Amino acid sequence: MKVLVAVKRVIDYNVKVRVKPDNTGVDLANVKMAMNPFCEIAVEEAVRLKEKGVASEIVVVSIGPKAAQEQIRTALALGADRGIHIETDEEVQSLEAAKLLKAVVEKEEPKLVILGKQSIDSDNNQTGQMLAALTGMGQGTFASEVVVEGDKVNVTREVDGGLMTVALNLPAVVTTDLRLNEPRYASLPNIMKAKKKPLDAMSPADLGVEIAPRLSTLKVEAPASRQAGIKVADVAELVDKLKNEAKVI
Amino acid sequence: MSILVIAEHDNSSLKQATLNVVAAAKAIGGDIDVLVAGENVGAIAEAAAKAEGVNKVLVADNAAYGHFLAENLGELVAEVGKNYSHILTSAGTTGKDFMPRVAALLDVAQVSDIIRVESADTFVRPIYAGNAIATVKASDSIKVITVRPTGFDPVAAEGGSASVEQLDVVKDAGLSSFVGEEKAKSDRPDLASAGIVISGGRGMQNGDNFKMLEQVADLMGAAVGASRAAVDAGFVPNDMQVGQTGKIVAPQLYVAVGISGAIQHLAGMSDSKVIVAINKDEEAPIFQVADYGLVADLFEAVPQLEEELKKVL
Repeated sequence: MKVLVAVKRVIDYNVKVRVKPDNTGVDLANVKMAMNPFCEIAVEEAVRLKEKGVASEIVVVSIGPKAAQEQIRTALALGADRGIHIETDEEVQSLEAAKLLKAVVEKEEPKLVILGKQSIDSDNNQTGQMLAALTGMGQGTFASEVVVEGDKVNVTREVDGGLMTVALNLPAVVTTDLRLNEPRYASLPNIMKAKKKPLDAMSPADLGVEIAPRLSTLKVEAPASRQAGIKVADVAELVDKLKNEAKVI
Repeated sequence: MSILVIAEHDNSSLKQATLNVVAAAKAIGGDIDVLVAGENVGAIAEAAAKAEGVNKVLVADNAAYGHFLAENLGELVAEVGKNYSHILTSAGTTGKDFMPRVAALLDVAQVSDIIRVESADTFVRPIYAGNAIATVKASDSIKVITVRPTGFDPVAAEGGSASVEQLDVVKDAGLSSFVGEEKAKSDRPDLASAGIVISGGRGMQNGDNFKMLEQVADLMGAAVGASRAAVDAGFVPNDMQVGQTGKIVAPQLYVAVGISGAIQHLAGMSDSKVIVAINKDEEAPIFQVADYGLVADLFEAVPQLEEELKKVL
């Protein structure tokens, strides 16, 4: 079974985000970039499926600037077999990303597509669901467990109030949540080997998709900051303040 | 303009988040219809019809929608919603699941998790885990939007008298089926809409110690939450997680116990009206956002809190 994994290059999750002084966006100049954490979980899940003998080949795809090939190489070092880079310097929004991935799905015909549930930059939580709709596949979003059985996949999902399990016909789309697995680190020999794994580059035009953003960002601001209040000496003072000053109990 | 709001419910009651979404729809302006899709949802439709500002309630009552499978709901909402200018739902896990399918089927963009309406086509939403706030303009003819409930004060649950209309549209995509669920049973208020929330972090040390928080919560009528650290450590289940990747809460009072205050957690609770932090580390970042900070060992402070509350409540 072939598994397709989509990964995104984003700001490293340890970097403190700073809004540009002119309010046009977030300052990404000279900032450390990395694979989106939810995408790392997607790669890890695919690799585990291969280790279990469920997946036979893992193809990893990324959309973005030339530098996104670093994240594809990372995925190859973690165990993916082959990379596809859809190169563009333009801002790609969720709907266009889903259309590009749909074109890749039609070419590669994977049985399972795994994506992160959201990227930590735009926080949209859309691309996997949109891809599923455009390709007519079922979806298991916010997955905490993925079990492939015959021509179906059972996905346990993290939902409000607990967990829910759905069975999906294959091919299907899965989006990962935090507790699906704990991603491994790439070993040095695997990082070296990954450099020799095949990586195809193509443009959105090669896939017949026009990048035409429907959303425009008018401004980006820093959130209103909250001021630290006071320290209370003991529990009695705390309860007194809550009752008589804040009047919330 | 005409706005379609997709109700959030659990087949037994209408979730309060729906009233927050109707409030967002009112801020956009125009006729507001509410779609209730589910199984045996007659009473929920009646409840939605009483909400302030609702024009008409559309009901899609079928087993195909009973478990809110995104494949079926997506087709239904795209079909019913195609003649509206805006389609809105709550950014809960159900809305996040089906709504992007609706947008893709209609070939329009989705604006996720809005916290403010600037105009009929311009919306404000947090990005980068709440570390930046973006103002976004949508150019599509149909605006597909998920709403963060805490961004909008709910409309009144009573007083409206909308008409109720049954739809006979049945969309069963045949791609997915429901296998089972594990829902946490609790008599405490729902975390996302509770007026008071008390949350524990890694400092709680284990799941059993959360009983201390539960006792305090029951005195105050509060919901119990947790930080990601406490969930990842296995102290409590994931649905209790407050934070960017968990529940976003904005209660009148938020009490953080043994929580250091990672950015991820602050993004989920910093809109609370009053924040209390109890932590033995006086350098913990949680104190930078707390209105009232108590530097103390939580294993001494929480039982004292219970005793003090018993005196005044």
